[in-house]
Amino acid sequence: MMRLLWRAWCSKELRLLQNTLLLVLLCSSAVAASPLKKATLMPLWSPQAQFAGYYVALEKGIYARHGIDLKILPAGPGYSPEQTLKNGGADFAILWLTTALRQRADGTRLVNLAQLVQRSSLLLISKKSSGIRSVADLNGRKVGLWAGDLSLPPRIIFARQGIKVRELPQSYTVNLFLRGGIEVTSAMWYNEYHTILSSGVDADELSVIRLHEQGIQFPEDGIYTLEKTLKKDPALAKAFVAASLEGWRYAFDHPDEALEIVIKQMRAAQLPANRSHQKWMLDRMRDLIMPPTAKGAHGLLNQQEYEAVGQAMRTYGLLKAYPDYSRFTGRSDAGTH
Amino acid sequence: MLVRTSIATRLVLVITLCSALIFAVILGYNYHRSRVMLEQELESNARNLAGSLVHRVETELVSVAKIVQGMARELETSRHTAQELNSVIKTTLEQNPELFGSAVAFEPFAFNASTRLYAPYYYRHKGGIAFSRLETAYQQLPYLYWDWYQIPRELGRMEWSEPYFDEGAGNILMSTCSVPFYGAENGRKQLKGIVTADISLESLTRLISSVKILKTGYAALLSRNGMVLAHPLKDAVMNETFFSIAEERQDPAMRELGKKMVKGESGFILYKSLVGVRSWMYYAPIRSTGWTLAVVFPEKELLENVTRLSMTMALMGLVGILLLTAAVVSIARSITKPLRSLAAATDEIAAGNFDVELPVVRSQDEVGLLAHDFQVMKESLKEYIKNLTETTAAKERIQSELKVATDIQASLLPRLFPAFPDRPEFDIFASMDPAKEVGGDFYDFFFIDPTHLCFLIADVSGKGVPAALYMMVAKTLLKSEGQRLGEPSRILSCVNTILAEDNDSCMFATVFCGILHTETGEIHFANAGHNPPLIMDGAGVRYLALKAGFVLGPMEDSVYTTEQLVMQPGDTLFLYTDGVTEASNHADELYGEPRLLDALEKASREDLVTLVHTIRADVAAHAAGAPQSDDVTMVAITWRGTER
Repeated sequence: MMRLLWRAWCSKELRLLQNTLLLVLLCSSAVAASPLKKATLMPLWSPQAQFAGYYVALEKGIYARHGIDLKILPAGPGYSPEQTLKNGGADFAILWLTTALRQRADGTRLVNLAQLVQRSSLLLISKKSSGIRSVADLNGRKVGLWAGDLSLPPRIIFARQGIKVRELPQSYTVNLFLRGGIEVTSAMWYNEYHTILSSGVDADELSVIRLHEQGIQFPEDGIYTLEKTLKKDPALAKAFVAASLEGWRYAFDHPDEALEIVIKQMRAAQLPANRSHQKWMLDRMRDLIMPPTAKGAHGLLNQQEYEAVGQAMRTYGLLKAYPDYSRFTGRSDAGTH
Repeated sequence: MLVRTSIATRLVLVITLCSALIFAVILGYNYHRSRVMLEQELESNARNLAGSLVHRVETELVSVAKIVQGMARELETSRHTAQELNSVIKTTLEQNPELFGSAVAFEPFAFNASTRLYAPYYYRHKGGIAFSRLETAYQQLPYLYWDWYQIPRELGRMEWSEPYFDEGAGNILMSTCSVPFYGAENGRKQLKGIVTADISLESLTRLISSVKILKTGYAALLSRNGMVLAHPLKDAVMNETFFSIAEERQDPAMRELGKKMVKGESGFILYKSLVGVRSWMYYAPIRSTGWTLAVVFPEKELLENVTRLSMTMALMGLVGILLLTAAVVSIARSITKPLRSLAAATDEIAAGNFDVELPVVRSQDEVGLLAHDFQVMKESLKEYIKNLTETTAAKERIQSELKVATDIQASLLPRLFPAFPDRPEFDIFASMDPAKEVGGDFYDFFFIDPTHLCFLIADVSGKGVPAALYMMVAKTLLKSEGQRLGEPSRILSCVNTILAEDNDSCMFATVFCGILHTETGEIHFANAGHNPPLIMDGAGVRYLALKAGFVLGPMEDSVYTTEQLVMQPGDTLFLYTDGVTEASNHADELYGEPRLLDALEKASREDLVTLVHTIRADVAAHAAGAPQSDDVTMVAITWRGTER
């Protein structure tokens, strides 16, 4: 129970020390070549295959090859990438589109540099034994929802269907669901769904509502930076995106090596590292980042989908307005604002 | 090519294979039975071991649960001030060293109306007891939403949390026991909060990890989610669940096994353990937490003693079979060695060498007997062959002498035909086929004076050499007396008298004797018991009716009568011995006089040679190769007259 307190305290101290050492090492080797531009990235969560592309790009020297001396900041419970980005603690951050739009509405001028996860990967999972087959069946049920923006897509669905559920805030484990404390749990396809399977519940014992099949195409993980950071050094942002996408491609082409890199990161962060779970996650990220329906290069935010998310959020009162697509993606001249 | 298998090889093969088979069956059965017995014993051992481990874990967990439940009851019975509450928690921690920390966490506004969240927490830190407030410690996610709070709250019952690593306590494995407590609000039971106690699982996992079964057997602990809590695979602990390992190994059976475990079943199975060794596992649930305890016995080590015993037995058996084989080889050799040399010697004997030395066999067994019999047989054969050689030599000598005798006898009879080419008034032809080398039949013809031709045919009683000798005498006498006397009856009487004088052997001869007057065709003849000849004249062919007369030899005073016959030119007189009429075939049917008569009637009279040969061929055809006991002799004479 004390672990978070301790981690927050210990790890900050330790990481600082580690990172300083790392920096010293990197600098000493990089100085000889052309000077690398320093940059920082804060992922959405603690190290896992959801961010394999960035860790692989770092580990394989792809960022360095693109002239970036990148540092991936620790993340996870207790860290807020949007806050860190906002107050300048990180140059780049991985955020959900919904989060980014809300931040933008709140006045943080951030831009979408690349859109990786092209659709919602959120699931609402129940045990078949509870008799839930469709969204309508959720009416009046005990449903676990994560705090913050992760609960937006389910809420939009409930509102759209006009149903009321008994919401329960959900923690980072699926134990409440497994023990029967809630009937329905929120789950990411690439993470909690597999955790449930790995706890001895078979897929055919579960009833799964996939939000993207319910008309919620909400793109998730994207790379964001502040407008001013982009303006100050557009080349850096461009290089960062290029290196990150290359990292992802490398990870998908070399899944075993990518898993090794991710698991190494997880062990360093003293997180439970489960190879088959990470493999599942990496495979699902491939499905989400490079969907077979994607046209052309991956990593682009589809304008129609962007508009659809914006409108949906406005409809349900989550936003008053959303910015122009080109401005949001930093393609227009930021100065004309 | 057909391989000749020796007795030794067959013996060795059959005996060795049979004993090896018998031994293998016994060994296999022994192994199987031992294994079954071991497995039965193992199951009860495993059950006991797992039972005692479960009991120890359960005891500790239950005592902790009782403490927490006791605190909850105390909180339910009376309202506590902040200080009282702190003191309750702290005292509990002090009095129960097995607890690592304890908290009382309240529902919003349940402690008092002015405080939303309130959760005092005492925990061990650096040898002392430290205090913290969880509502401030959990900043990101309020304590209300953590498993240790939320699950018992939602379920309304005591719960043990999934084990977790607590970094604050030095990264040790912990589990939290949480019990909801209630108060009465307006007469209704209302949840007030959750009492918790954290315990370190280190001693439990150490206890379980310390279990060593055989060499590499072990005990393992799984959480309710299948998470590995204690296992020799250190990397898996708190990283892998039983199910994730099953997924990585693509082993659906393992997943099924895991499901049984987390469902709280118990069982005893043979499976491939997480360390990849075929093992027996007994698993049993720890009821209070829903965890599973398993004890694992590597099959190989379990069966090691049985296997070793079986290997030793197999080795002993192998040596035994080798010894047995050696013994069989030696016995077979002792039998087959003399047999082989006997066989070699027999080959020599078969090739005709009776002087070969037979091998000496001293043994008194069947082989010795056989060798002895071979020796006797060889001697007998040798003796027999010797006798045979001698007999054959003697017989050959006699044979050659007989041949000479045959030649002599044959040379005695006139054999040159036509016998009298300068005498056209008559024609004569004769033939004799002796049944043996020398025969008793004979014929003769000679001129007594230029116009009288004496001709005769005779048959001596008996066969072979005695008959031939007698024939010689009779023939000589008949010729000399014939030339001297010139009268058939007197010739016969005279010869009879001479023959009868010293006829101790009582031999006799039948004779037909005739004298042809070559100018008149008149024939004077006398018969001494011989077959009547046939006359072939213008009236046809018929047997000559004549006085029989007595055979020559047995009686001194036999009287013979001369009869006479006048031949017309072209008439033929045909004389024969009983070898013709008594020629028999295989069915013992005689040729017979009627058939002879018949044959002569049909035969051409032109040429005597043809006539005689025709009859001879007819007789031979009748006999059809059957051996004849009598000589076949024929004489034919034709008078052609004197006119020219």
